[in-house]
Amino acid sequence: MEIQPILAALRKHRLATLLIALEIALACAVLCNACFLIANRLQAMQVRSGVDEAALATLQISGFENSQANDINARILAGLRAISGVQSASVLNSIPFGEHRGRVGIMTDAEGKHFGGVVELYMGGPGSLEALGLHVVAGRPLQADDYQPFEGVFPTSASVLMARELSDHLWPGADPLGKTFWVDKWSYRVVGIVDYLVTPYPSYAGRSAPGWSAFVPAQPGPMMAGSYLIKAAPADIGRVLRDAREMVAKVAPDAVLDQEGSQTISDLRNQFFQQDRIMAFMLVGVIVALLLVTALGIVGLASFWVQQRRKQIGIRRAIGATRGDILRYFQTENFLIVSGGIALGMVMAFALNLALMKFYELPHLPLYYLPVGAIALWALGQLAVLGPALRAAAVPPVVATRSG
Amino acid sequence: MFTYYLELALRSLRRNKVLTGLMVVAIALGIGACMTTLTVLHVLSGDPIPAKSARLFYPQLDPQDMDGYREGEEPPEQVTWIDGQNLLKARRAQRQALMTGGAVPVQPAQADVEPFFSDARYTTADFFPMFEVPFLYGQGWSGGDDDAKARVAVITRKLNDKLFGGKDSRGQIVRLKDTAFRVVGVLDDWRPNPHFYDLNMGNYSESEEVFLPLSTSRDLVLPRNGSTNCWGRGGGNDGDQVENATCVWMQFWVELASPADAAAYKTFLENYSREQKALGRFERPVNVRLRNVMQWLDQEKVVPSDVRLQSWLAIGFLIVCLVNTVGLMLAKFLRRAGELGVRRALGASKREIFKQLLIEAGVVGLAGGVCGLLLAFIGLWLVRQQPADYASLARLDLVMLGATFALAVGSSIAAGLLPAWRACQVAPALQLKSQ
Repeated sequence: MEIQPILAALRKHRLATLLIALEIALACAVLCNACFLIANRLQAMQVRSGVDEAALATLQISGFENSQANDINARILAGLRAISGVQSASVLNSIPFGEHRGRVGIMTDAEGKHFGGVVELYMGGPGSLEALGLHVVAGRPLQADDYQPFEGVFPTSASVLMARELSDHLWPGADPLGKTFWVDKWSYRVVGIVDYLVTPYPSYAGRSAPGWSAFVPAQPGPMMAGSYLIKAAPADIGRVLRDAREMVAKVAPDAVLDQEGSQTISDLRNQFFQQDRIMAFMLVGVIVALLLVTALGIVGLASFWVQQRRKQIGIRRAIGATRGDILRYFQTENFLIVSGGIALGMVMAFALNLALMKFYELPHLPLYYLPVGAIALWALGQLAVLGPALRAAAVPPVVATRSG
Repeated sequence: MFTYYLELALRSLRRNKVLTGLMVVAIALGIGACMTTLTVLHVLSGDPIPAKSARLFYPQLDPQDMDGYREGEEPPEQVTWIDGQNLLKARRAQRQALMTGGAVPVQPAQADVEPFFSDARYTTADFFPMFEVPFLYGQGWSGGDDDAKARVAVITRKLNDKLFGGKDSRGQIVRLKDTAFRVVGVLDDWRPNPHFYDLNMGNYSESEEVFLPLSTSRDLVLPRNGSTNCWGRGGGNDGDQVENATCVWMQFWVELASPADAAAYKTFLENYSREQKALGRFERPVNVRLRNVMQWLDQEKVVPSDVRLQSWLAIGFLIVCLVNTVGLMLAKFLRRAGELGVRRALGASKREIFKQLLIEAGVVGLAGGVCGLLLAFIGLWLVRQQPADYASLARLDLVMLGATFALAVGSSIAAGLLPAWRACQVAPALQLKSQ
């Protein structure tokens, strides 16, 4: 295929050519960045929890005095255990993707000079650790006497399990077992390491990370009541939670059931990422609309060109060009214009990414997005031009003999 | 001439239905997406209290110790109990209110209504006149009630409907956390957006349902909500001694009539900080802020970043749509070179041709605007289905309705400029010859 005559023809239509190329360039820039944003959202939604999500649910109640806490705990736990299908019921103050009651800044020294980060302390009663399904990968599992009663907001000291991501952050390269961290004047000794445990709020943007959490064993009491973890077979969990909600009205009629907070962990997870999901859908919508508009623009302009050149096409056909030649002419022409647009578009995509990085917490656009975007636009261009090009190929040679 | 051009435009648009359709669809999609996101942005970045936002100020002090001190940092976003009380009692502003959020269990008298939690605001008497809160019945409590730790309450219309069937409930008793409160006022509908006076409750959350005197809430140790930031050895108490703790957890607002008053108040805050430092309570160098409502909302970056991102995306999309329209219009206008050549030869000036083509572009823009408006309505309906706390606010107002048409017609005329100019360059003689 001769490129020279195509370029010569394009030079005659500089403005239109430039417009299509510009449109492709803009589409390329927005396409690459929108895809990247979608990938980022999807990745955030895939965050690992480390807990047995499908089998867990939580019940949240409030509206009772501290003095009633032990009584409420006993009644609710007994009520939960009486529901058929419940494998375990326990008290847990923070819930993955739900309530966060243990977000604290921790120190790695007693004087409070070395800040370790903002972490989540999951404070749980007997049975909650097992229900969460955490794997202790180093150190010892917790024993019954690790669960001590306490009076303040947190136990003043405890033997705790720490998520590996947090221990790696606090003491990189060192053995975390036996190490201590402080929250204000309270101290906690790490006796075991769990594989992974997500914080309740993994998108928290402060000095934190999704895996910075620890499990603090404690006996339920005045400051640890009203938040329960229920475990049942994944198939039963929905029904068990419904039964549990009804049970509250019977065993603790004065307490207030938190309707929104009492959910299965899977539902909480879904709600937590709802905004990200909507944003991802919206971005997909933008991409589809964008490609559609670009394709329509190409169709419109190509049709115009075909109509304008009917006579020339007829002459070419009359002096020996095949239908294939005409078809390939328009396809090559489109390929050239789109290529020009893509070259410009890659630069713009990169610039747009830099601008987004400035205002949003986004990493660099990985380079492989650019060739993928280019291939998508080439394919789009070829697809869009196919209709007009076929129509051009169908122009009969006899047109050459007509005037006008 | 205008009507004639309009007729020509409609005729030409009808002749080429597919091309016209493509242009209208492109503009409609761009305008629809743009208006949906811009409306959300417009609603979210609105002024919650337009009549007074320039006169309401949010003082900030820095009462922290030297640990972790970095020069030029923002002071804490809230004030301590002690500073709040000191500033309140100093009465240096026209009006001032100290407040914090909470939640109280409401125990209705009717047996058939289960007890439930209501969001509450514990504040001082000036809150109501200062924020121009509308009353359905009665009014707020007095400064005397604040001092007396009176058991009085102001409730919202919604709660009044629920508890008292919408009747004038002044003097009635409402039981909150086992304590009887006398209703002194019922608010009319009031929902400032954003929830500017306390952003810890969610930037676009609904207003609280119960308002109680701050002194009463502390007397009864009613449950608090919101953010508490402590330093030094301030943390660790279980909330009952929060008055003395080195923690910030209260919001303090003042009303100042003029910029001069604001400057004077800022000087007062600086002097107060110096005095507290001399007393040994403050350790850091004087670091005060005095922002009005809009400055404060700006500082706190209230508008969700996702919403801004969506707006930028939509604007990018509109630009692609417009470039597309420019291309299509160019094709359309050049195709009519023959017709334009005839008109030129018959005496129409370039200017007239240009005008005629721009009117045609405007018609396309208007059609695109109407379709775009429909799309925007659908888009906003979709936004309202979202679970975000601002979702219900996403509605088109008159300003945005006007803006939609201005944007549609303006952008399509802008898109028509280049093709129209290009089409005017047609040499009439050449066109006539080739016919």
